[in-house]
Amino acid sequence: MKGEKAKSDGAKSDGAKSDGAKSDGAKLQGMKYDILIAGVGGQGVVLASRMLALAAMKAGFRVSTAETIGMSQREGSVSSHIRIGDEIQGSLIPTGQADLLIGLEPAETVRNLPFLKKAGKTIVNSHSIPPASKPPGSPEYDPAALLAFLEAHVPGILCLDFTQLAEDAGTYRAANVAMLGAAVGIGMLPFSREIILAVLETEIPEKHRAVNRAAFEGAINKIKLSSGHPDREQKVNLNV
Amino acid sequence: MTEKKLLMGNEAIALGAIEAGVQVVTGYPGTPSTEALETILRYADRCGIYTEWSSNEKVALETAVGAAYSGAKVLVTMKQVGLNVASDPLMSLTYIGVKGALVLLVADDPGPHSSQTEQDTRAFGHFANIPVLDPANPQEAYELTKLAFELSHEFEIPVILRTTTRVSHSCRDVELAIAEPAAVEASCEGFTKDRRWTIFPRLTAERHPWLENVQVQLSERFSGLPYNSVSGSGKIGIIASGVSALYVKEVVKGFEGLFTLFRVGTVYPFPEKAALSFLKGIEKLIVVEELDPYLEEQALQLTGRAHLPVDIYGKKNGFFPVSGEYNVDIVIDGVNKVLADLGETSRLSHASPAILRGELPPLPVRAPTLCAGCMHRTVFYAFKQAAKQLKKDSQIETIFSGDIGCYTLGNAFPLNMVDTCLCMGAGMSIAGGLFRTNPEVKQVAFIGDSTFFHSGIPAVVNAVYNGADVTLAVLDNRTTAMTGHQPHPGIGVTALGSPSKAIDIAGVVRSCGVEFVRIVETGNLENSLENCIEAAKEAMEFKGPSAIVFKGKCVGITKSGTRLTIDPEICTGCGFCVKQLGCPAIFLPAGEDKPLIQDSCSGCGLCAQICPSGAIRESGVKK
Ligand code: SF4
Ligand code: SF4
Repeated sequence: MKGEKAKSDGAKSDGAKSDGAKSDGAKLQGMKYDILIAGVGGQGVVLASRMLALAAMKAGFRVSTAETIGMSQREGSVSSHIRIGDEIQGSLIPTGQADLLIGLEPAETVRNLPFLKKAGKTIVNSHSIPPASKPPGSPEYDPAALLAFLEAHVPGILCLDFTQLAEDAGTYRAANVAMLGAAVGIGMLPFSREIILAVLETEIPEKHRAVNRAAFEGAINKIKLSSGHPDREQKVNLNV
Repeated sequence: MTEKKLLMGNEAIALGAIEAGVQVVTGYPGTPSTEALETILRYADRCGIYTEWSSNEKVALETAVGAAYSGAKVLVTMKQVGLNVASDPLMSLTYIGVKGALVLLVADDPGPHSSQTEQDTRAFGHFANIPVLDPANPQEAYELTKLAFELSHEFEIPVILRTTTRVSHSCRDVELAIAEPAAVEASCEGFTKDRRWTIFPRLTAERHPWLENVQVQLSERFSGLPYNSVSGSGKIGIIASGVSALYVKEVVKGFEGLFTLFRVGTVYPFPEKAALSFLKGIEKLIVVEELDPYLEEQALQLTGRAHLPVDIYGKKNGFFPVSGEYNVDIVIDGVNKVLADLGETSRLSHASPAILRGELPPLPVRAPTLCAGCMHRTVFYAFKQAAKQLKKDSQIETIFSGDIGCYTLGNAFPLNMVDTCLCMGAGMSIAGGLFRTNPEVKQVAFIGDSTFFHSGIPAVVNAVYNGADVTLAVLDNRTTAMTGHQPHPGIGVTALGSPSKAIDIAGVVRSCGVEFVRIVETGNLENSLENCIEAAKEAMEFKGPSAIVFKGKCVGITKSGTRLTIDPEICTGCGFCVKQLGCPAIFLPAGEDKPLIQDSCSGCGLCAQICPSGAIRESGVKK
């Protein structure tokens, strides 16, 4: 649509830099920030989008999310649209309007690239999940080629093995939360890490909370170390 | 005090219903409607609401009707195909009407994402003379739920709250009038005997004029409601309802001088008065709606009747897609087509993506499939083997009829074990029909436990009574898995988790007169596959209707066992495990010749039982 009205960069600095500060409704006028999370059933796409939505609300924004529940959960592609802003719109992000794409898996990240706007940001988990069976006619899955494609076409992409990172923190299942940590750590979200941490406290069951917090913090630290650049060594780590 | 909460559309509906004082809630799970009843369950105890998962939608509606005849406020939930099952009582109910209030939540699924049809419940409302409210987002879903209860009570008629997937399953910050749901009125007036509750031709004849008159009154009332609103000032009118109206709002932003939007929230009966005043001064009308051209037909009819010189652009003249889910991009394309046709110079523009769809590299297909360790895979594989034997020994082919549930995924490559699938409960009856027309072929029908209770039993009775030679395989994984693990009459637990009498499936089948009935545990046994194949063979060889109840547990509700691993020293790379089973935990990494088992393995042991070289064994790693 009318792409010029998207003021995502402004929105980003509005929020990300006002760490911990009470959000101020007036300055959020006209703000719009669209995030797309993509992955495979079971990776925690829906939980991650719920956490982002709650954080957005806590920060004083209006928010909507859309996800498909049902068939796709069973090993299928899953994606969730999170729309943050002061206007009520449809819950689906139109093509070319997402400000941020969080890809929990390389192929699913590439699949959803058309939603990303020009100059939109992408964070990708290099840990690949090959499809179960290869139905006749399905192309070979070559994660290395897909990651190379992402690097070539999306400038400034942040690529890491978040599954490994989460595993190091205690469970590979926390890759979704680790990616939220990375996103907020490099200022890609329109609210502070404190706000997400507060949501983590209420949304993650007590017994998994410490591990998730560790994955979240771990990702932030890791990002700082690699100063926002893709970690070349970590590329294409198959799920073995 | 109002309160903002992040709510899914279905949750918002549940809270709206509780606020409206709902006392009885019934339903049958069906995506995308399920979470509405599940949310009520969370508050049922605290608020004193009777809530049940009924055995099917017809039973759910009839149960609710009994309560509503007694003056209670009731909610019934289902998906669009469920409404077909409930349609028999519904068509009569409109004539009789209700006391108290009766609201039907029916969730449509444009796309469709997880349904057998793309049918449009707005049309059903029209057909059945039931008012239909069509919210666009969770906030409206919450408000319109309350309105639905009011209307139902005031006009003594059932009311349909119709949602679509993008309303039911989207989450939004919803402003609630009451922060925490409070206890609802515990009592209702009770049932009073009256001839009005007994439908008879004479009563129908008396009630029909009343029913028609209610439609006129409602149309009048709807015209004054804020849910039917006009915005913008342009000479090109756009009419839309539900989530499509939000897409339109997004699309015409910045073009308010060119378009005037009429958002319809109460779609049936059509708010004619409001529509007519909107149409004043409008020469061109664009209709934007998913599924049926329902609003378009209303508009065509109304402009014709009122002799308005308005050209209408919609599905009927090819400007908008006639099927599938809409989104902003589709609406932009449609509106641009109209603008071009009108010779307008302005056009709406799409956002420019980082990468166009056509520029993407080839991507692997991720078809939905049975979970790793799913008991259905074992049963399907067993029947496949049994059928192979039958073919080899006696040249008899087998046709496999399926049904609706997780096990429909048995059709996926490489199992390919579902040759027919029509609707809930149809597997057995279709197999019966196939038996009449293909007497040389063996018929096998699969049905899930929840579906067995939903509508499978009459088909079993029919097979026995009419002597259909069909083998029924009940895939009893102890839950309603596809919709999120709801209990059913076979579990021995009610929706609220209190113990109840478990109905024994094998016992029911036996009492229907099936003589060959076997129960096979598919559990973690070393030889479970062998047992399954053996039982399948025997049942298929039996003359006359036969049944096996396979008992296992859905991996979604059980703790998984020890992961299996493939010993690369022993594995010959034959690929049998990958090619035969389609278990998502086993895969062949690109460029390798020996498969791997990944951490989604639940340790069911099926692959170990088929590996010809015994290369698959326990890894000792707990999941
Ligand atoms: S044991 Fe084999 S068939 Fe069963 S879940 Fe694990 S990999 Fe799949
Ligand atoms: S069936 Fe056994 S031998 Fe053949 S590829 Fe699989 S693990 Fe290896």
